[in-house]
Amino acid sequence: MTPPQTDKIPVTVLTGYLGAGKTTLLNRILSERHGKRYAVIVNEFGEIGIDTELVVNADEEVFEMSNGCVCCTVRGDLVRIIDGLMRRKGKFDAIIVETTGLADPAPVAQTFFIDDQVGARTKLDAIVTVVDAKWLKDRLKDAPEAKNQIAFADVILINKTDLVTPREIDALESRIRGINPYARLHRTERARVDLKEVLDRNAFDLDRILHIEPNFLATDAQEHDRGHGQHGAAGHDHHHAHPRHEDDDLRHDHDEEIQSLSLTIEAPLDPDRFFPWIQDLVAKEGPNILRCKGILSFKDDPQRFVFQGVHMILEGDHQRPWRGDEKRDSRIVFIGRNLPKEAIRAGFASCVASVA
Amino acid sequence: MSKTGNLSAPSLADRVRTVDAGAVVVGAHFLGATPVFVLGEEAVLFLSAGGVRRIAIHSGAILASTADGARLVTGGDDGRLIAVAADGVHRVLARDGAGRWIDQVALGRGGAVAWSAGRVAHVLTAKSGERRFEAPSTVAGLAFAPKGFRLAVAHYNGATLWFPDAPGVPPEKLDWKGSHLAVSFSPDGRFLVTAMQEPTLHGWRLADRQPMRMSGYLTRVRSLSWTADGHFLATSGAERLVLWPFDGKAGPMGRAPRLISWGDTRIAMVACHPCRPVVAVGTVEGAIALVRIDDGAAIEARPAAASPVSALAWDGSGSQLAFGCENGEAGVVTL
Repeated sequence: MTPPQTDKIPVTVLTGYLGAGKTTLLNRILSERHGKRYAVIVNEFGEIGIDTELVVNADEEVFEMSNGCVCCTVRGDLVRIIDGLMRRKGKFDAIIVETTGLADPAPVAQTFFIDDQVGARTKLDAIVTVVDAKWLKDRLKDAPEAKNQIAFADVILINKTDLVTPREIDALESRIRGINPYARLHRTERARVDLKEVLDRNAFDLDRILHIEPNFLATDAQEHDRGHGQHGAAGHDHHHAHPRHEDDDLRHDHDEEIQSLSLTIEAPLDPDRFFPWIQDLVAKEGPNILRCKGILSFKDDPQRFVFQGVHMILEGDHQRPWRGDEKRDSRIVFIGRNLPKEAIRAGFASCVASVA
Repeated sequence: MSKTGNLSAPSLADRVRTVDAGAVVVGAHFLGATPVFVLGEEAVLFLSAGGVRRIAIHSGAILASTADGARLVTGGDDGRLIAVAADGVHRVLARDGAGRWIDQVALGRGGAVAWSAGRVAHVLTAKSGERRFEAPSTVAGLAFAPKGFRLAVAHYNGATLWFPDAPGVPPEKLDWKGSHLAVSFSPDGRFLVTAMQEPTLHGWRLADRQPMRMSGYLTRVRSLSWTADGHFLATSGAERLVLWPFDGKAGPMGRAPRLISWGDTRIAMVACHPCRPVVAVGTVEGAIALVRIDDGAAIEARPAAASPVSALAWDGSGSQLAFGCENGEAGVVTL
């Protein structure tokens, strides 16, 4: 029996390369008056300046599963620590996991999908990555972990903006967008950010996958909604539907290694074609696919189907009926390393349902 | 495949005494004939004829507990190992120097106690004092062998057999890829079984280290219990009671488990009767039943309720069954 979603303790994961400002953000979260009590899982004691009762030291033990899949990993220490913490349920409202600067966020995220007990009692809320505005450019050259942490993030804080020029920040944002156009970006000094931008994001909640749009310029005053620039579907031939290629017109730098791919198909999909395709894709490309997400319109199905994934792990469900005022199409996004874009595009196109 | 248990069988509901433990129940044990419940935080509850006695023994979460009928041993997130006697008197057996969580405990014959914090497993005996063994990764399970003074330590990528009283004998590592959590010897000492991070059991026949894999579960297996005759290993983790055959030379190798349906909800806890071929099962919906292995007949002891069964244990004679639930409901069924 899975307890209702509302009973689950939200877990926020803080990542970021060494010195980017994770601990500053953590201390800010713990010290602000928000009436919430946090259990904190850290990798090193001593840096937390706040007297919090529930601070647990983690070992960052990354365990592979025995199925031989190298990307099916969990954080064994998290399984154990969360089990222990849940014995004190009632003493805290949320959990924050601070990872080391070199940590890969994937095993942390996968723990919530792979371990049934962790998944039944807690829910991954968001991966928040803090980057150092001055040094990120160098880290992207020499530290693959830094790139991973950006690719996985739901929220990115570009911290220490006081140490660089606005032009440098713009360039950095563009670089980050090249890796991950979907995260919310915030420019901060001393990790000063409205905490509601960091906590209670529900970024992994299938029910909250409302739309999939690049989060451009989310930090800028001239933020504009790109989602409405849809091309009309008039005259579209459903027999030969081709996914639209959207990632070319984004204003960002292309990362040479990690990129995103967003595809849209207007014709309804055949679930009997889509599921085998996506399962095969993540089975083969799982190590390279960091995250994926989708909203799908299946033929003769009045419900929206939503899914998300981390490496090879997929979860999906019917979400709600399509509304009359809603554009009914299927949209998927991938963030990954050296993605075989043409093959993915062709594969997705082959999932269109035949016209009866 | 056995037949479905008969839900209209006589009920034991009028033989159940329940109490509100006030916190998640993480262990149920007997000290003599007295049921003792281990709470998720701080305390144990003694349930005697006179009433409920709450004894605070830890300053935080209680992470592990085990008992041998004479004493109860617990480990906590306060880094303490506590022994509780049948009269409720308790004392600190050990403290982790760094205050790390003590999250595995085991009791052996002759008063031997084992526990672990992080990667280090410890054994304490009256005769030879404390000894320690550092595992290659965090210790996730401990079990004493039924014969000889030997401890199995479960960890990542296998389990290690450690002979604490034979410093000259190097610990023997049994390799199998993946994260091994709970660990248990068959009562005859011929097999070692681990529950893994994935919904699978792994095992080794110790005579020749032949590995075996027992799979097909819905969820991680958290509860393992051997039948009194050692012929079966009863497990949680499926919607049916799964009994792996361990009689015969090869144990479950090449054989299917016996499956007994009871209701249609996932089994959370199992506890084999200490003398008879009967298994007590507790479901994720809080129901408890006694299932007879021979014919699959089931007697309901407690109907489904709000909260998963999280602890289940027989007394030494098999006349009382103690249970606890995640929402703090606890009780005892007297047969």
